[in-house]
Amino acid sequence: MSQPQEDMRPSPEAMLKTAHAEERATQQGKLKIFLGYAAGVGKTYTMLEAARQLKAEGCEVVAAYVESHGRVETDGLLTGIEVLPKARHEHQGVTLAELDLDAVLARKPALALVDELAHTNAPGCRHEKRWQDIEEMLAAGIDVYTTVNVQHFESLNDVVQQITGIPVRETVPDSLLDQAAEIMLVDIPPEALLQRLRQGKVYIPEQANWAAQKFFRPGNLIALRELALRRTAARVDDEMRTYMETRSIAGPWPATERLLVCASGSPFSEQLIRTTRRLADELKAQWFTVYIETPGLAKEQQENRGRVWRDLRLAESLGSEVATITASSVAEALIEYAVRHNVTRIVVGKPAKSRWRELLRPPIVDQIIRLSGSIHVHVVSFKQGPAQPKPLGARPAPVGSWFEYLISLTLVAAASGFSFLVRPYLSPTNMVMVYLLAVVLAAVRFGRKPAMLTAGLGVLAFDFFFIMPRWSFTVADTEYLFTFLGLFVVGVVISSLVAQAKERAEALRERELQTESLYYLSRDLAAAIDMESILAAVVKQVSETMQAELAVLVMEEEQMRIAASSKGLALEEKELAVADWALRNRRPAGNGTETLGSAALLYLPLHTASAVFGVLGVKLSRPADYRSPHSRRLLDAFVAQISLAMERVRLAEQAEQAQVLQARESLERALLNSISHDLRTPLVTIIGALSSLQDKNLPLTEANKQALLDGAWEEAERLNRFVGNLLDMTRLEAGELGLNQEPCDVQDLIGCALNALDHRLEGRDVSVQLADGLPLVSMDMVLMTQVVINLLDNALKYSSADGPIEIRAQTDAQALTLEIMDRGPGIPEQDLKRVFEKFYRLPVPEGASGTGLGLSICKGIVEAHQGTIRAENRSGGGLRMTCRLPLAMSVQ
Amino acid sequence: MSKETNLPRILIVDDEPAIQRFLATALAGGEFAVFQAENGHAALAAAVTVKPDVVLLDLGLPDMDGVEVIGRIRQWSQTPIIVLSVRDREADKVRALDAGADDYLTKPFGVGELLARIRVMLRRSLQQAPEPVIRIDELELDLARRLVTLAGQPLALTPTEYELLRLLATNAGKVLTHRQILKQIWGGGYVEQPHVLRVNISNLRHKLEKDASRPRYILTESGVGYRFRGEG
Repeated sequence: MSQPQEDMRPSPEAMLKTAHAEERATQQGKLKIFLGYAAGVGKTYTMLEAARQLKAEGCEVVAAYVESHGRVETDGLLTGIEVLPKARHEHQGVTLAELDLDAVLARKPALALVDELAHTNAPGCRHEKRWQDIEEMLAAGIDVYTTVNVQHFESLNDVVQQITGIPVRETVPDSLLDQAAEIMLVDIPPEALLQRLRQGKVYIPEQANWAAQKFFRPGNLIALRELALRRTAARVDDEMRTYMETRSIAGPWPATERLLVCASGSPFSEQLIRTTRRLADELKAQWFTVYIETPGLAKEQQENRGRVWRDLRLAESLGSEVATITASSVAEALIEYAVRHNVTRIVVGKPAKSRWRELLRPPIVDQIIRLSGSIHVHVVSFKQGPAQPKPLGARPAPVGSWFEYLISLTLVAAASGFSFLVRPYLSPTNMVMVYLLAVVLAAVRFGRKPAMLTAGLGVLAFDFFFIMPRWSFTVADTEYLFTFLGLFVVGVVISSLVAQAKERAEALRERELQTESLYYLSRDLAAAIDMESILAAVVKQVSETMQAELAVLVMEEEQMRIAASSKGLALEEKELAVADWALRNRRPAGNGTETLGSAALLYLPLHTASAVFGVLGVKLSRPADYRSPHSRRLLDAFVAQISLAMERVRLAEQAEQAQVLQARESLERALLNSISHDLRTPLVTIIGALSSLQDKNLPLTEANKQALLDGAWEEAERLNRFVGNLLDMTRLEAGELGLNQEPCDVQDLIGCALNALDHRLEGRDVSVQLADGLPLVSMDMVLMTQVVINLLDNALKYSSADGPIEIRAQTDAQALTLEIMDRGPGIPEQDLKRVFEKFYRLPVPEGASGTGLGLSICKGIVEAHQGTIRAENRSGGGLRMTCRLPLAMSVQ
Repeated sequence: MSKETNLPRILIVDDEPAIQRFLATALAGGEFAVFQAENGHAALAAAVTVKPDVVLLDLGLPDMDGVEVIGRIRQWSQTPIIVLSVRDREADKVRALDAGADDYLTKPFGVGELLARIRVMLRRSLQQAPEPVIRIDELELDLARRLVTLAGQPLALTPTEYELLRLLATNAGKVLTHRQILKQIWGGGYVEQPHVLRVNISNLRHKLEKDASRPRYILTESGVGYRFRGEG
């Protein structure tokens, strides 16, 4: 059957999956798993054989952790392979040998051999489980060979337990198995295995002997073997499908299914989740796990919280998408979620509740079935396994029962007392109201149980005190039975409703508080412009909301440092090490996680897709909160906000730097153009003149020749001055203007300047007026001469040939004032300050012949003397340049 | 080496070939015998073999510090040395002059200036005894009678001013560093007190010059010292 062209192309999802896998493959190490169905099939042996083969081919192989259990053949295979020493951990007087992860990471071999994937590490190791160690090795680019038995797969855990009757505690998440590059099945027929067992070739730890007898029964082994074979086959099937998908080979695709399972915190949720995973595997479907939090059951939920947390983490590790929803009705919320996510099948557990409770409230399963519409509902039954351990975080029944009883008694007594008082005025039926009032009071203030107790006691009291015959529980008028019933029922209903409303209101209020704090945080973060304000906002807002102490840590020069923290929070060295790990691996660590769980704080990395900015360390006030999904959700929301804000600030800084760089570059370009022009222009005249004089064919009169030579000479001098200016400018910029201050004669100074400009002064009217008795002024003679030369040069350039130029000098108590004035066109008001900028030239109609540097050099030199320079227009036209130099050290 | 032994011999020491060419051309116009060296060692060797009358020494030599060359030459010869230096290196010039150089030129310079300085050097070296009367423009200094007249009118000078004028005038055309003057007139202890010198120069100028702001006799060499105007 031919298909339309469009369908032949691989779907985007398939390509993305392949691309991701390829990308991961290049950066990460590759994992090869040697899978067996029981201990003793020869996994370690096969692994070592494969490793030796690679070593012979030249690969760098290191045995990071290989357990030979004293078997001679295995030991023999290890010869020639580098064995890393194991790390020793002391625990309760026993020395345990564990994989030395840091040694492996430091050694960074091409391939590491790690036995027993499912092993749990001794306390004191970085990670709780060995498979986490292996993940870290893979992330570091080291290839790993490892061994594992099929019963350690998370998703098969309960099936194996059913088969063998022995619970397997150490599990490995299926995600690790899915992402392994290769799975090699090590298989021998069960008879052969039993034979080996009898020959003593299979290692069984002493303590497990009895369990081993039970385990190594032929029926078990056959079933386990089938499980292993099937699992491997499923993987091969997967690989084949991926292959076909990416190459767009048409095949029998199942319909895309989506499964949904609800985690309820009951002991069976775990089994339900595993079942859903297996179902999803078979159907090749995506699956979701949802936990619905209802306000009404708040009290019970506290106890289940720990279990729910574990179930959700389990679901995640098995590959499910996980969500937590708050709603009033479990069934409705579940169906809504299902519809929104296009779920095709819902998996629920068969209820175990007793019949009569079902009457009161329809079980959830029935509600779900009723509302499911077109969605299939799978109802799964459970085998009652061995007694489950007490759920985590369970608390003993609250002591409140005594207290509640007391309250109810008090209220009823009060109501009765009041009724006594008003007995003459009211009929008994009306006193019912008083008792109802007491019930409502109890419901509003004390909760459901006290309210119901009050209702019950109220009826009794009412009967006893006020109904004929009084002071007894018997009833004369049977009508009052209805009253009793009515009082009781109404009381119970009211108490239930009020309590529910109260709890809902409380939950909402809490939710509102959190949303508010998230809002405040994001508002503060949006306003923050630098890191300090971000960190301050973070510490304040989050610590208030979560009732916690915070620390924000950043990496500086390979060391973790506390950038901001709540008052009085001090961290030890080893806490910093945990934060370091969280930052490097971009994963949470510390209290409440499975990595370095013995730390005092929980460390959450602050990162976005592009970079990691630091770590948030949280010290919660209630230890139970570290594992509560509620707190973790809130913290995750905070962390996301903070990371974005930090990224924004960093990007803003980079943008600013880029802008500054750009401005600098454009200025440099302008400078280069200007200089290039100013250097070349005089050369035009010089070269022109010289070439004309060189040219023998060119007829030139003596006057012409003289004119050419004069012109060339002038331009050469101009070029010389410009070069000098450039050099001065360079020295000024480099800060190398060392002042050589000496007491100088001002007249001498002016004389030198005039001498330097001798040529240009011919025919010009230049007058010098010096105050009498001018003292010697401390200054750098050479530099100040340059200043006067530049100022005079400008005056000469910008005033007409017959314009007078005046030079005036006088001193007062503090400073020497030097003025140079001309009668030229002056400078427009708005430019009076700007003329001192580098390369600023006034647009002179005749064309600027200056370089624009002169005045900025004057400014630089005068200011180096701690003096000032100013430009002003004169009344009557013209410009006055005024320099003031402080008389630091002047001698008469 | 020139065959004309009566032409004054000039040794040009500069590592830039272009400048060598220019100087040689400018100086060889019949008046001088020009010899060339490109570095310090060559200069020292040439000084011994050629026995120049004037040495033009560039301070920016590749192999040796110019001041060291001066020092070595001064160990056995009083040949006039004119140093060639660039702008903004006043300190180098002062060092060279204090080490024994006689005058300096700042690059770029005109040929006229160069020739003037060379002539002053030659005149001084040829002169055996100082002239009794020095006449420069309108100024006349009678050393024997200790009489100074300006345009015929006698000038009243303090003893220090007279000594100062005498020192400057007998070294007319040649630069004298502040240090040299101070040491000569006031003695070694005053070497670090330039203001004394400035005040005296200022007073002298007021007496001597028509326009003290545009001095024609006592010329200031910024950052280096003073030069009394030479003849011509």
